Amino acid sequence: MNKQIINLLIRILGPKAVLFTPEDLATYSYDGTFVESNPGVVVLPETTQQVSQVVQLAAEKHLPVVPRGMGSGLAAGSVPFPDNSVVISLTRMNHTREIDTLNAIVKTEAGVITADLQAAVEKHGLFYPPDPSSIRHSTIGGNIACNAGGPRCLKYGVTGDYVLGLTVVLADGRVLNTGGEVIKDVTGYDLKRLFTGSEGTLGLITEATLRLIAKPQFTRTALIDFVSLENASQTVNAVLSSGIVPATLELMDQTALVCIEQAMKLGLETNIEASLLIETDGNDERTVAHEIENVVRVCEANGARSVKLAQGAAERDKLWLARRSISPSLARKAPNKLGEDITVPRSAIPEVIRKIRGISAHYELPIVIFGHAGDGNLHPNILFDKRQPDQWEKVEAMVAEIFEAALAVGGTLSGEHGIGTLKLPYLEKALGPVSIDVQKQIKTSLDPNNIFNPGKMFID
Amino acid sequence: MNTISVDLLAKVEPPEENTYLNCIRCGLCLAVCPTYREDLIETASPRGRVALARKGLEGQLDFSPNLYEQMYKCFGCLACDDICPVGIRPAELALALRVLQEQARPKKWKDILFGKILSQPEMIENTTLPLRIYQSLGLRRLVYSLGLRNLLPGKIRDLEAMLPRIPRRPLRHFLPEITESFGENRHQVGFYLGCAQSLLFSEGSSASVRVLARNDCRVMAPRNVECCGMPALGYGRLDLVRKQARHNIAVYESLEVEAIVTDCATCGSTLKGYGKLLQDDPDWADRAKNFSGRVRDISEFLCELPLKKPGNRLDARVTYHEPCHLGRAQQVKDQPRDLLKLIDGLEFRELPEADWCCGSAGSQLMTHYETSLCVLDRKMNNLKQAGAQIIASGCPGCQMQLNSGIRRNNLNVRVVHPILLLDEAYGTPDE
Ligand SMILES: Cc1cc2nc3c(=O)[nH]c(=O)nc-3n(C[C@H](O)[C@H](O)[C@H](O)COP(=O)(O)OP(=O)(O)OC[C@H]3O[C@@H](n4cnc5c(N)ncnc54)[C@H](O)[C@@H]3O)c2cc1C
Ligand code: SF4
Ligand code: SF4
Repeated sequence: MNKQIINLLIRILGPKAVLFTPEDLATYSYDGTFVESNPGVVVLPETTQQVSQVVQLAAEKHLPVVPRGMGSGLAAGSVPFPDNSVVISLTRMNHTREIDTLNAIVKTEAGVITADLQAAVEKHGLFYPPDPSSIRHSTIGGNIACNAGGPRCLKYGVTGDYVLGLTVVLADGRVLNTGGEVIKDVTGYDLKRLFTGSEGTLGLITEATLRLIAKPQFTRTALIDFVSLENASQTVNAVLSSGIVPATLELMDQTALVCIEQAMKLGLETNIEASLLIETDGNDERTVAHEIENVVRVCEANGARSVKLAQGAAERDKLWLARRSISPSLARKAPNKLGEDITVPRSAIPEVIRKIRGISAHYELPIVIFGHAGDGNLHPNILFDKRQPDQWEKVEAMVAEIFEAALAVGGTLSGEHGIGTLKLPYLEKALGPVSIDVQKQIKTSLDPNNIFNPGKMFID
Repeated sequence: MNTISVDLLAKVEPPEENTYLNCIRCGLCLAVCPTYREDLIETASPRGRVALARKGLEGQLDFSPNLYEQMYKCFGCLACDDICPVGIRPAELALALRVLQEQARPKKWKDILFGKILSQPEMIENTTLPLRIYQSLGLRRLVYSLGLRNLLPGKIRDLEAMLPRIPRRPLRHFLPEITESFGENRHQVGFYLGCAQSLLFSEGSSASVRVLARNDCRVMAPRNVECCGMPALGYGRLDLVRKQARHNIAVYESLEVEAIVTDCATCGSTLKGYGKLLQDDPDWADRAKNFSGRVRDISEFLCELPLKKPGNRLDARVTYHEPCHLGRAQQVKDQPRDLLKLIDGLEFRELPEADWCCGSAGSQLMTHYETSLCVLDRKMNNLKQAGAQIIASGCPGCQMQLNSGIRRNNLNVRVVHPILLLDEAYGTPDE
């Protein structure tokens, strides 16, 4: 990056907030994927004002701007492609501004770590439900930009369902305040929804107002083992059509269980084809207990082999730790993994799982299946070794077939991780030309010079 | 640009591929890293350090001074090693890169500092003499009471505040080489007197030996031990650590002891590592393994004994800071807490984030002052929440750092070694 621009950035942000050594650039070249590309400079603003000034400067000098949270993304969304990119990392905008207990609302800067925000509101008896597995290492801004979901979203909805208002810096540096503190709002277009899930391609989110709920006081958690994956996937539908809405309904297949067990040594049963992790919650202890008993009954009727009810918080934490560790613990099995994020109508889960196992058998590479089965959101992860010459080609073919399988039953490419660059080649097929055209028009009108996160979401 | 790296790699033994290649960049380690959580930049994170090491070793980046500096910014708290689901050990990798740097370009001053001064207890004792005089002549009290301390530049002031009241004479000079058991002679144990304990916290180690003796141990504390080697290790001088290890192993081989007990968390973790450190040395591998297998932290050792119940009450609220070198490095977590809970009258309060690094990390307060202080402030906020009058911690580095934080924040909290409290509860020996 040229010296003059660096000096101008330092004038806006001070010397400690502008990084440009080869070492700094190297560590801002990646996110949670294997994709890599160095930026030109990295800045760490502390105010919306500073962000706006930096974006203005970038617009003037025609420099690409790449918004970044904690870089946990699984779609290479915050990997900066053009080598003159200005990465704007929001990690130092990490203050929770105001917790309004009366209205159950929190105002926060976008760089706050989601788990920190959750802990802060829980101190006031309030609850922020969205719970991506990356909750301790991702930011609220990143969650909003990807519309992140998690196990609890089955009952409580995804990140976007909690966004009441946003402060966004636009491509010309103007600051947009959209939405606010009210629960219902139809005054004009719903712009906050537009920026939610926009993956940093439309604007840079600097602050957010989020809706909270009262914390459910009771939870019951069960881990249910199945000898056959087919039975487990059929049980998902049986449970959900029995009239109960569990807080979470997660599926893990055998390979997932084996990997967790190797990594964490939690004493899980691994001699089975799949487990379901199901939780009920609410404010009436008896109802919650009654619901989990019903769930267990349905599971048993559908061929469950054994049921383990968590006794107390420690056991429950252990089960969730297991669930959260799946994705990273897969690395013990193979040096590389490609995690997909398809979502299908619930009723089609057994069929899609059957197809995925077929794909795995055909290409002779393992695919681990786990995910938020209750939402129909599955994470088939292909395990491979990039260093083996023909494997990457196989993986690409497998990905295409997995997407094919999802689209064939009316599903989509991504439930929560987003498009970024990894799924970009498949977008048109999933959305169709009209939708792509409308989206491109929106992009062009908000960001005519394409400075925000170029090369992501759409083929430019 | 890669020629330097290639030349360099030909000369040294680089860390193996499997120590960095499989990092999947999930970012889990960012959540627990004290340097990341203060600086909030990727370069100061475990994932960043692994990436830098890999890119250096793969020839994509030069081994520049700045790259090595990122390895020195690591506090070595091991939180990342503990959490990584893949089994990458960023803290170990950062150390391995420091070693790599020294193998490629050994620095003379490190030979002198770690090979000569710090390895020989008497050399350290001489070097710290002026400090002992400063304190023992009452100068310190004078400086404080006249408010002169505030005239010191901030950094020096904090370093000054770190220092405990330094004993006039190092314990090494007067701790008997053999302390007979106060009761029956059931166990014969070796005591390893660490440099910092001897010089700065001699009361603590005197107490440790008394508590052992009170619990039927005959304690042998050889004077001719050398530094455990942690300072040299931290600065990448594996060669010097190995030398010190061999010396110390030989010292205890001449004694017949069932365990080698230390009350310094850092020494304990280093001594327990001798086995691994010398595993490829045919003459020493077995001896080192045998030695390390017998090393115990004092709290760990005491909890293995049928302990005598302390007779005195200590009425106070106490909390516990878990040293990284004890909790994570040695997995000794419950024992110090259990010992405190043995004492009547003590109300034990768990410190929030008790196992979060205090920022001491050897010499970080001197070399990485600002980050160290921020990390310390986090600890102090947690300490205020615990509402304790005493904070116990079995590591001299942590104790110094906690002292400094307490003085900076004008808190009224006493910092002690947990065994010192146990000794107080036992009271003075009857005989
Ligand atoms: C182990 C692991 C588990 C995961 N589990 C889940 C899960 O359960 N559910 C789920 O949904 N995701 C999950 N993810 C994916 C990822 O954590 C989420 O996408 C998360 O929301 C990304 O947040 P971040 O702060 O790390 O953003 P980054 O990765 O830095 O960025 C992600 C995208 O958002 C954009 N962006 C970031 N901040 C802003 C901002 N302030 N304004 C505008 N654009 C911005 C970036 O440009 C990029 O396109 C997981 C990832 C990992 C590694
Ligand atoms: S070191 Fe481990 S925890 Fe950290 S990013 Fe790499 S794989 Fe994840
Ligand atoms: S050892 Fe501690 S300071 Fe060093 S990288 Fe790991 S977590 Fe961070």
